[in-house]
Amino acid sequence: MSMPFGYASPEQIMRDKADYARKGIARGRSVVVLQYVDGLLFVAPNPSRALHKISEIYDRIGFAAVGRYNEFEELRRGGIRYADINGFTYDRTDVTGRGLANLYASNLGRIFTESIKSLEVEVVIAEVGETPEGDAIYRLTFDGSVFDEHGFAAMGGQAEAVVARLKERYRESMSLADALEVALQALTEPGGERPPVGQLEVAVLDRNREHRKFLRLTGTRLERLLAQSSAPTSESESASESTSEPLTAPPSDTPPPTGPEGPVDDGSSPL
Amino acid sequence: MASHRDLPAGLVDHLFRNTGSSSFTEFVSSYAPELLPPRDEVLATPIGDQVPHATTIVAATIAGGVVMAGDRRATSGNIISQRDVEKVFRADEYSCMGIAGTASTGIEFARLFRVELEHYEKLEGLAMSVAGKANRLATMIRGNLAMAMQGLVVVPLFAAYDPDRDEGRIFSYDVAGGPYERERFDAIGSGSIFARGSLKKLYRDGASADDMAMTLIQALYDAADDDSATGGPDVTRKIWPIVSVIDADGYRRLGEEQVSAYVDQMLEARMISPDGPIAPLR
Repeated sequence: MSMPFGYASPEQIMRDKADYARKGIARGRSVVVLQYVDGLLFVAPNPSRALHKISEIYDRIGFAAVGRYNEFEELRRGGIRYADINGFTYDRTDVTGRGLANLYASNLGRIFTESIKSLEVEVVIAEVGETPEGDAIYRLTFDGSVFDEHGFAAMGGQAEAVVARLKERYRESMSLADALEVALQALTEPGGERPPVGQLEVAVLDRNREHRKFLRLTGTRLERLLAQSSAPTSESESASESTSEPLTAPPSDTPPPTGPEGPVDDGSSPL
Repeated sequence: MASHRDLPAGLVDHLFRNTGSSSFTEFVSSYAPELLPPRDEVLATPIGDQVPHATTIVAATIAGGVVMAGDRRATSGNIISQRDVEKVFRADEYSCMGIAGTASTGIEFARLFRVELEHYEKLEGLAMSVAGKANRLATMIRGNLAMAMQGLVVVPLFAAYDPDRDEGRIFSYDVAGGPYERERFDAIGSGSIFARGSLKKLYRDGASADDMAMTLIQALYDAADDDSATGGPDVTRKIWPIVSVIDADGYRRLGEEQVSAYVDQMLEARMISPDGPIAPLR
């Protein structure tokens, strides 16, 4: 039996599409999302002040993305419409990160299988709960896979290396300043230079805020936080001393809990 | 609905369709029009008196902000349909609206208006200007004109802190829209004539939020004194007016204890002088 001219096996097509998408994503810089004591922190090196990689979706839900701007911007706008429509139809508490992750997953999955070109994006949907146990971080890849991350997630160019550095330094219930320090360390290659304040996009989902939990940290506020986090104190002391907000300090006599055990998915697995 | 080919980036859900504007109302009217308040339904008979009506709302500017207060009564004709209805709504961090007229439609408008402002802010990445918000509300009220002619009248009062000017601003409307920007203070609803009369004598320029809260509570009492559809403070049930302050720190609703302290103070003074504070003649 002869193969028709130009035949490519489904495996080959999928592999090519995945390679294509992965290459596109790897060109960009990384974005980090991690949990701190009052909620979730988003950090992205981003030289543009107008084109955001991090955004508010709804009261408790934030969005971060890497890859092609026009593609994840469409996802972001669709996500905001989904959330606002649901919140308006039912109640504001009925809008969940899980529902949004499912919407994105089904769309990304359909495009990956049906279109010639898959989206070159990777997205994190983070939802802050009433307590740290209620926080959720969903990472979605270009093919529609959803990863329910615990504690932290990284995506973009050097995701693998960033995740490795995050895993090393991440602790539960860090203060905001410490979490920012960990994120910046993870985003900076060893011996590399940190991005200047003006080129950092930082936002939090703070569970203690009223109404809308999302808040961008910019200007002097961010500078003050960075000054706190880079203060020359040892890691365990800085948690309790360097914060200006009345945060509960972690117990200093017991070793702080470390990141979750087991292999962390860094997006490198095929499909 | 248009085909999937019209959607951006090959997405398959119509939630991703761009309507070309950042308006939530515009998007809903193409995506799920049944969710919006009806605009041109023809009712067999006008239902004006059969549905609950919200009554008096007052607002006044203070130094670097604005205060809005509303009574708690809703009436259906001569019946008091609810004693503790809430008619002052937070629209976003720096603005709020009070409603007079058909309570149900008003609450729906307040809900829609809030989403409209947030939706714009999230899509555009920056907040709408105060004038923009006031105009948007005018369009919404204008759209309700057909229903208003059949008895479902809603008239809002909109108050916002303008960060560009560092001052509070008040906008009023009529059934056909608006907005009409008001200096110093304004009132809407059935008791508004009496409240406005009271405010004329009691309003002081550049007052503090605390003083203005007291002034507005006095004005609401005067409205309730002469208008049967406006509720005074309900001492036995402990139902007090809603008082909200907006300034550079954002929107905050005064707590029950704080308002009840003002009300107690006012009632005590009115035991001696039932018509309230006497403004100086010269």
